[in-house]
Amino acid sequence: MTIQTTPKQSWWSRIAHPGQFVARTRPLLWPLTILTALLFVVGLWFALFNSPQDYQMGDTVRIMYVHVPTARLSQFVYAVMAVSALGSLVWRHPMADVAMKAAAPPGATFTALALFTGSLWGRPTRGTFWEWDGRMTSTPVLLFIYLGIIALWRAFDDQLRAARVIAVFTLVGAVNIPIIKFSVDWWSTLHQPASVFRADGPRMPGSILTPLFVMFFAFTFLFPVLHLKAMHTEVSRRRVMALERQAAQGAKS
Amino acid sequence: MRAFSAIVTREVALALRGGGDVLTLVLFFIITGAIVPFAVGPDKALLATIAPGIIWIAAFLAMLLGLDRLFRPDHEDGTLILLRHADLPLSAIIAAKVIAHWLLTALPLILASPILAVLLAMDLSSFWRMLLSLLLGTPALAAFGAIGAAVTVAIRRGGLIAPILIAPLSMPVLIFGTGAISATQSNAALLFLAALSLMAIALAPFAAALAISSAED
Repeated sequence: MTIQTTPKQSWWSRIAHPGQFVARTRPLLWPLTILTALLFVVGLWFALFNSPQDYQMGDTVRIMYVHVPTARLSQFVYAVMAVSALGSLVWRHPMADVAMKAAAPPGATFTALALFTGSLWGRPTRGTFWEWDGRMTSTPVLLFIYLGIIALWRAFDDQLRAARVIAVFTLVGAVNIPIIKFSVDWWSTLHQPASVFRADGPRMPGSILTPLFVMFFAFTFLFPVLHLKAMHTEVSRRRVMALERQAAQGAKS
Repeated sequence: MRAFSAIVTREVALALRGGGDVLTLVLFFIITGAIVPFAVGPDKALLATIAPGIIWIAAFLAMLLGLDRLFRPDHEDGTLILLRHADLPLSAIIAAKVIAHWLLTALPLILASPILAVLLAMDLSSFWRMLLSLLLGTPALAAFGAIGAAVTVAIRRGGLIAPILIAPLSMPVLIFGTGAISATQSNAALLFLAALSLMAIALAPFAAALAISSAED
């Protein structure tokens, strides 16, 4: 039985300590992983075996179960990054830096997956891999922004300094993305009528909606798993770098 | 205000005295535009239709090329640190530098654009509209460029990364810039372009100042 002498801190400042953060979130990792795996098993079973073919698109409709969740996540992950950037700039929260850095590669991957599956889906159903349609055009722009941010992270030697600079850029991007989206929509309606997407949108039968929802949740839980693991890895990497620096200083003196 | 104009004059004087930087950019702009007929063939009708896009792309590339001299020389010789301790806030200094940057890169390109218009067989009415769209749109490019240059100033080989960061952000400028030249909805596009430039010029100095001051300490 130890006596508590330090003042009680809020969970917010407690997890500011990287070691505390890892210790607190590591127990979450395995349950989340198992839940994600279960959701994927159920979702893929529904998506591949227990859902009907579309009467027009045939089996290719199953691409949707990967395409829609990843496309949603590509925007959601950027929102996570923007909130972390705010946390990093306003509160100088150390874990916000790490969260921002760890979110960029999964975000880029989800965006690339959404583009890839989208073009695979577009080939048999619309007869083309790529069309300069409004909704599609803003997705590669988002991918370019993700890749630029990753390149920026890799270019800096000092990761602590990098975090604040990249936070500024992430927020600039967050302001800009709606403008890009709007301008692209305006541009594509100028160039061609918005007739590419078939209007079978929300009127989907439940047999298709069930796998879609399960896959959606599976991907939504996949992101925190990847994100937490990447954050833990980043914390360890920084610890190793700090130890190396200490060792180098010790050898010098 | 005197300090503000002093910084603008300093930048302009440095660039004009420092040799052919401005002329090199103009040359780059014209060569980029003049290469296109070799690539797509000397069909005048085709060239006239794609001319606005080509001129915008050439201007965009030339402005990206000039980005690196916005903050890097000042960062390398320590002027940026001195400027941070000036009475004038850093964001105002950056606004002055953006204005000087526009005067040194965008204005010469706009002055040189008639040459490209002749080479690419543009007619007069679309040339005037293109001139107007360049005048309204290049300030936004300069402002976005300042953010890119500020973010990468602390990186030793940041010159390559800044264009990658800036290009996606500048996409609306290109869309509205070329949209302003096409016959339909050109007025709406011009207004959007002007709005974009005003907003970018108003906000970019603060973002760039934040990036520079967090990269330095």
